[in-house]
Amino acid sequence: MGEIYYHIGRYSMLIFRVFSKPEKFSIYRKNFVQEIDKIGLSSIGIVSLMSTFIGVVIALQTASNIDSPLLPAYTVGFTVRQSIILEFSPTIIALILAGKVGSNIASEIGTMRVTEQIDALDIMGVNSAAYLILPKILAAIFIFPFLIIISMFLGIFGGMLISWITGIVTVNDYIYGIQYDFKPFSIVYAMIKTVVFAFVITTISSYFGYFSKGSALEVGRSSTAAVVYSSVFILLLNLILTQLILI
Amino acid sequence: MIEIKNLSKSFGDNHVLKNISVKFQRGKVNMIIGQSGSGKSVLAKCVVGLLKPDSGEVEYDNQDFIAMDLDEKIEVRKNIGMLFQGGALFDSMTVEENIMFPLTMFTDMKKSEMRDRANECLERVNLAGKNDLYPAETSGGMQKRIAIARAISMKPKYLFCDEPNSGLDPQTSIVIDNLIRDITEEMDITTVVISHDMNSVIEIGDYIMFIYKGENWWEGTSKEILSTKNQEINDFVYASEFMKTLKDKLA
Repeated sequence: MGEIYYHIGRYSMLIFRVFSKPEKFSIYRKNFVQEIDKIGLSSIGIVSLMSTFIGVVIALQTASNIDSPLLPAYTVGFTVRQSIILEFSPTIIALILAGKVGSNIASEIGTMRVTEQIDALDIMGVNSAAYLILPKILAAIFIFPFLIIISMFLGIFGGMLISWITGIVTVNDYIYGIQYDFKPFSIVYAMIKTVVFAFVITTISSYFGYFSKGSALEVGRSSTAAVVYSSVFILLLNLILTQLILI
Repeated sequence: MIEIKNLSKSFGDNHVLKNISVKFQRGKVNMIIGQSGSGKSVLAKCVVGLLKPDSGEVEYDNQDFIAMDLDEKIEVRKNIGMLFQGGALFDSMTVEENIMFPLTMFTDMKKSEMRDRANECLERVNLAGKNDLYPAETSGGMQKRIAIARAISMKPKYLFCDEPNSGLDPQTSIVIDNLIRDITEEMDITTVVISHDMNSVIEIGDYIMFIYKGENWWEGTSKEILSTKNQEINDFVYASEFMKTLKDKLA
């Protein structure tokens, strides 16, 4: 139990240091732009691929499970939309990003720690926590919502594409389904989750990387721990946010 | 000048530094020597503020560093250059960007001025024209020299070198040693070198402090260390056959 308090305390102190006054805004601005590229733009490929295929599969599975003639054909579009917007894009994509971005952040910062690059920053008088972590947090909070919107679009589009190719439902029925009973607040809910998960992934991964000790082996362990803990916290916060916002 | 007063540091029950007091003079190469695990690096980390000592004082030109608040410490640190054992160059930056980094963070110099200063530092370490290489594209000796160039880019008052010759061949070690000595004299700075390389100690050490089991066991010059009767120092200095032969010949 004591160890949990130790980690919470150390994490809080790190976050406090991260959000202290930056030395030079121009440097942070430049790093912010670089991080958008590293964290966001480089993830577009995997996000697009996953989203399109999941949209396709949800459409096929929904169609294959609709045996009753009482269920309207537009149910396929409706189900794809609801699944993608409410859960798949904000949560499952966040879990995938926790693996890709989280491990990348932890190993990058961890390697800097074990090769004394962070010590070098500290000795120069640079706030190493803010310099390394703040641009990553801001970049993730900025770019993740765009990734999730792309994911939503491609997921729903994937469902429509497979409907058109296989003829499981007509495109008109599918489009009617994705418009049926649409609540714009679903998007707000998904964006709130996305921003929270962006913060969780970047800060937890940075925490494990920043406090790495020893050798390359330890950096690998930090990277694994970053992914595991980010994923656990995403699932936990998903539950809490859903309860708070939707229920 | 850097003065350390009664500095102690423990990790749990392991008392790494015991009541260390020492003065490092300006314009001199001050060396901290001792066996592996004797506490040299911990002492250096306490002096530059990477570790917090349990007790004692560290004074930079009569200003108590440990008692300072963070902003004051940052001001002092701007005057500290450090050469790490592995170089600690930023992998994602070119050689020039590495050297310009402290200038970018803490000065309002124009880019052209920073570039001139980087070129000046690179010339000083005999690496002119290597601006656009990345650290991974350079040799171990070059990385050490680039790290020295970065350490002196802000014209520091204090230079710390943690085992500057580790992993280098004897010829390159001499180049690095000479560079450290020349820079210390030219810039009139307080240099502290952590080493267990006896060649370096004899070549450039103006003042030597020997740490043994976490204590300041002995202090003196490079000449005195060769003639002292202290058993622990003799065991350390004359550990190799080469040094034993040298001792016999000197005798």
